[in-house]
Amino acid sequence: MADTDSLLAEALQAIKDSSDENSLESLRVHYLGKRGTLTALLKSLGQLPAEERPAAGERINIAKVEVQQAIEMRKSSLVEESLNEQLSSEAIDVTLPGRRQSQGGLHPITITIDRITSIFETSGYDVAEGPEIEDDYHNFEALNIPSHHPARAMHDTFYVSPGTVLRTHTSPVQVRVMEGGKPPFRMICPGRVYRCDSDLTHTPMFHQVEGLLIDENVSFADLKGTVIDFLHAYFEEDMPVRFRPSYFPFTEPSAEVDMGCVSCAGKGCRICGNTGWLEVMGCGMVHPRVLEMSNIDTIKYNGFAFGMGVERLAMLRYGVGDLRTYFENDLRFLQQFN
Amino acid sequence: MIFSEQWLREWISPELETQQLIDELTMAGLEVDGSTPVARQCSGIVVGLVESVEPHPDADKLSLCSVSDGEESFQVVCGAPNVRAGLKAPFAKLGAKIIESSDAKPFKIKKAKIRGIESNGMLCSSEELGLEESSDGLLELHKNASVGEDIRSSLKLDDTSIELDLTPNRGDCLGMIGLAREVGVIARQDVTPLDFPAPIESIIDNFEVRITAKDACPRYLGRVIKNINLNSESPLWMKEKLRRSGLRSIAPVVDVTNYVLMELGQPMHAFDLEKLEGNIDVRFAKQNEKLELLDGKEIELTPETLLITDASKPIAMAGIMGGMATAVSDQTQHVFLECAFFAPLAVAGKARSYGMHTDASHRYERGVDYQLQRTAMQRATQLLLDICGGEAGPITEAIGNLPEPIEVSLKHSSISSLLGIQMDKKEVRDILGRLGFGLSADDGEVLRVLVPSYRFDVSIEADLIEELARIYGYNNLPQTGGLGNQSLSSTPESHIELGQIRQQLVALGYQEVVTYSFIEPSLAETLFPDQPRVSLQNPISADMAVMRTSILPGLLSTLKYNENRQTERIRIFESGLVFQSCGEEIKQTAMLAGLVSGRKMPVNWNNNKDLSDFYDLKGDVELLLALGLELDRYTFEAAEYACFHSGQCARIVRDGQLVGHVGALHPAMQREMGITGNCYMFEVELAPLQERRLPAASALSKFPEVSRDLAILIDSNYAASEVLANVRVNAGEHLTDLRIFDVYQGDAVAKGKKSIALSLTWQHPSRTLSEDDINTIISKCVNGLQDAFNANLRN
Repeated sequence: MADTDSLLAEALQAIKDSSDENSLESLRVHYLGKRGTLTALLKSLGQLPAEERPAAGERINIAKVEVQQAIEMRKSSLVEESLNEQLSSEAIDVTLPGRRQSQGGLHPITITIDRITSIFETSGYDVAEGPEIEDDYHNFEALNIPSHHPARAMHDTFYVSPGTVLRTHTSPVQVRVMEGGKPPFRMICPGRVYRCDSDLTHTPMFHQVEGLLIDENVSFADLKGTVIDFLHAYFEEDMPVRFRPSYFPFTEPSAEVDMGCVSCAGKGCRICGNTGWLEVMGCGMVHPRVLEMSNIDTIKYNGFAFGMGVERLAMLRYGVGDLRTYFENDLRFLQQFN
Repeated sequence: MIFSEQWLREWISPELETQQLIDELTMAGLEVDGSTPVARQCSGIVVGLVESVEPHPDADKLSLCSVSDGEESFQVVCGAPNVRAGLKAPFAKLGAKIIESSDAKPFKIKKAKIRGIESNGMLCSSEELGLEESSDGLLELHKNASVGEDIRSSLKLDDTSIELDLTPNRGDCLGMIGLAREVGVIARQDVTPLDFPAPIESIIDNFEVRITAKDACPRYLGRVIKNINLNSESPLWMKEKLRRSGLRSIAPVVDVTNYVLMELGQPMHAFDLEKLEGNIDVRFAKQNEKLELLDGKEIELTPETLLITDASKPIAMAGIMGGMATAVSDQTQHVFLECAFFAPLAVAGKARSYGMHTDASHRYERGVDYQLQRTAMQRATQLLLDICGGEAGPITEAIGNLPEPIEVSLKHSSISSLLGIQMDKKEVRDILGRLGFGLSADDGEVLRVLVPSYRFDVSIEADLIEELARIYGYNNLPQTGGLGNQSLSSTPESHIELGQIRQQLVALGYQEVVTYSFIEPSLAETLFPDQPRVSLQNPISADMAVMRTSILPGLLSTLKYNENRQTERIRIFESGLVFQSCGEEIKQTAMLAGLVSGRKMPVNWNNNKDLSDFYDLKGDVELLLALGLELDRYTFEAAEYACFHSGQCARIVRDGQLVGHVGALHPAMQREMGITGNCYMFEVELAPLQERRLPAASALSKFPEVSRDLAILIDSNYAASEVLANVRVNAGEHLTDLRIFDVYQGDAVAKGKKSIALSLTWQHPSRTLSEDDINTIISKCVNGLQDAFNANLRN
């Protein structure tokens, strides 16, 4: 059966020489197809003497399997080659920067208000907002700021008309909530406030977060705990906190809150004016007259209030040096927070 | 208020260092703002006695002096004009150290030859001791100063000026008497009692006083003092105490009233008796009355201003400032001293309404002890007689309607419930007693507390408890773990938090900014003309005088600010209230506004350099509107509005309601503002943006989607939204998607026409849509477009 051997050799050589999957397929058809040459050999077995047929048939079948395997192997190596070629031709410089929109970001005041808000929200405080142009009653009168109080003077307050002001604090929001609801109350009021004052340490507009809690049997101890816990949570540091007697018309007793300087750990530095203390909040027990004016039963309920300047907290937390940069909106400044 | 520590220690001197005293005051609620030594460091200076003075042989202006330090005499050359034999002056001996100015290094006194004559030391002026900025001669010490005594101890120079930042409720601490009382409570130590004997009344002259405004002026004391010595001078001790309290010595009469002001917190005034015409009346101003004040300003008085008048004219603005016409001068021989109590409400705000602020108005506004006037008058009279001589007449007192004494009940149980401590009853009584509160009754549980006449800030129980807490020490009070709410609460899902909207914009590359709510009127008028604005009556400056009616002026100013700093690509946003005046009402609406300028994308290695355009911004706005899951409630309609480009501006409408605008900045405004880059901006109301539909899921169809494209040619002035609306009507209920995938205007279509290519997709919930179904719908759509827009189908 020289035919079988030469045909096999020829086929294997052709398979080896083939360069793509199409020519490989043609070779398969040429040797193994219905009309293929090896198939033809098999069909011609009948012409052999009967005793030679089994051996010849076996050799042809072996040859067919050999060709089949050679094709499969060649095929997989061709696939691999072309894949490798594709991979190498498609290789890119992955170190080039990605294609994207610029990085946006929130203003540090928003970041700070959000942080303060989230701390109080976990303790069940609601967030309340209100108008920025306020009437005299809600901004002053209802907060026990009598008409002769120094804060009432034109010097501090922006007037729109004699009875209408730009709110000087966010406390009127608390009054509005108290008027419209029933105790207990637990809320914080973030927002813009306005004072007619402009120098290195004052801008005519700034932001406050004020808090109010009205419930039964609230004591100064609860206020201290809340304020201290908040400052520790906000600054993620257990710095000392001290309370100094002070005066606000809407609280009695009133206190200023100082915390140990976060910059020098209380040793004294430029930021704390070498005192080791930073004035960060005002607070106190809500004045009974304020509750009475909002129709809250002062026999049953009392509460505390506190307030802080957002710009100040952001300055201390993020090391902002100049208050005015908050409102210049130089993108190079703002993008430092992104 | 500034005070001298040594002066305080004349009344009460607890065993506290200066810094400890400062800390204690601060922690008791009298915040110390700062402290400064009253004199610079120096050593080796003693009280010197000038024994003799001779002219310097070689210099006209120098003298040769013999100065004694009590033990020996030294030859000293001195150039001071007031050097004379018998004078006692600070004498810096050889080896003495002086610091000549606040930033100079110590200077050592050495033996020197001045114009050929040996000088063994130096006689000093107050400037050289650091007591005054400048002086023109030697500091003349008191004739009883003990020669040889160290000057620091002779003048009590080891003293500190302490500045207090008092809260407005503590008017009672605006005098040494009140401060001493506070320190007495803090230290639990008794204060030296006042001992001001009544001066001898040597004349009978008096001057009638009447009070017409009885509520505003509850008490008015007057006294005539005659024949004062015009050449007298305030003593050094008084000048020094005033100086250390931040007051300049002027002339004896003024110095005495200032001294009493500082000592007792009682403002006083002296009139030139000979300039008074007729008797004193305290009344409110009449229409058109005028008064020239001590500072030379002529004031037109308003009827709510309380005045001191004589029979013919106003002579002082009560509790604020005296008048020029009746002022004491260096020729005044006879004075009329005033010592009054004006009610806080009568004085409050008045000085400020005239742009003034005086030591007197500061105290009267906060409240002066209404029982103090007689003491203060006696004290001032005696001081004046001591310094200037003269003869005092009797006190004339007129009484108006004095305040009713206030009694407050204090329950012991209230102390513990408000402060969380059990305070010892004895301690409560001790603290209140030292603060000057009287106890009218005490049944063991409830105290009846009488409020002293100088405490205008105590009227309810909580005020008393604050006093107790203050002295007990806020930091000694307990603290609890804070109060937490145990109940679950949730925000409605139909509400979108502002934070989420902000985050969406941040993800789109926007930077949040915060701009002022008040803007420049001319900018507001240029950008948003004819809007009813809210103006401030007292703006901080002319460029911050009106409230914004839109956030956009602030964003445009921010764009300009950053363009000026070489930033070419800007994407910013802001949220906040805008203000519009609507008749009597002021409408305050929360808005969200954004602005982009520059390229679509930041500079990168391969992206295109296309500039942002209207559709980039509109796309961002649509993403915001889509947060509410109901983008289809919004439509965009061509609009002309304010500072927007009239051809590139859309009003944003939701269910027929205008909610905002998006568009390009008008080129004229762009030029006017000097903005160089392209600029697109939007502003929408926040309230609709924060509403969200609750999602409602429905089953997905198992049947295939069918899509068809449709290209039409129409007049270019038809809006895409009209086309889409038309198609939607005819495309049947199973239309699931409709979008424009191409718009073409140009050479390939006729002028004035545009080609719009639409892609429509349908899906039936329960069957496969057939070719016939679709063909029917398509031809209906095409007919609709032909009817409405005369559209031609393109191939």
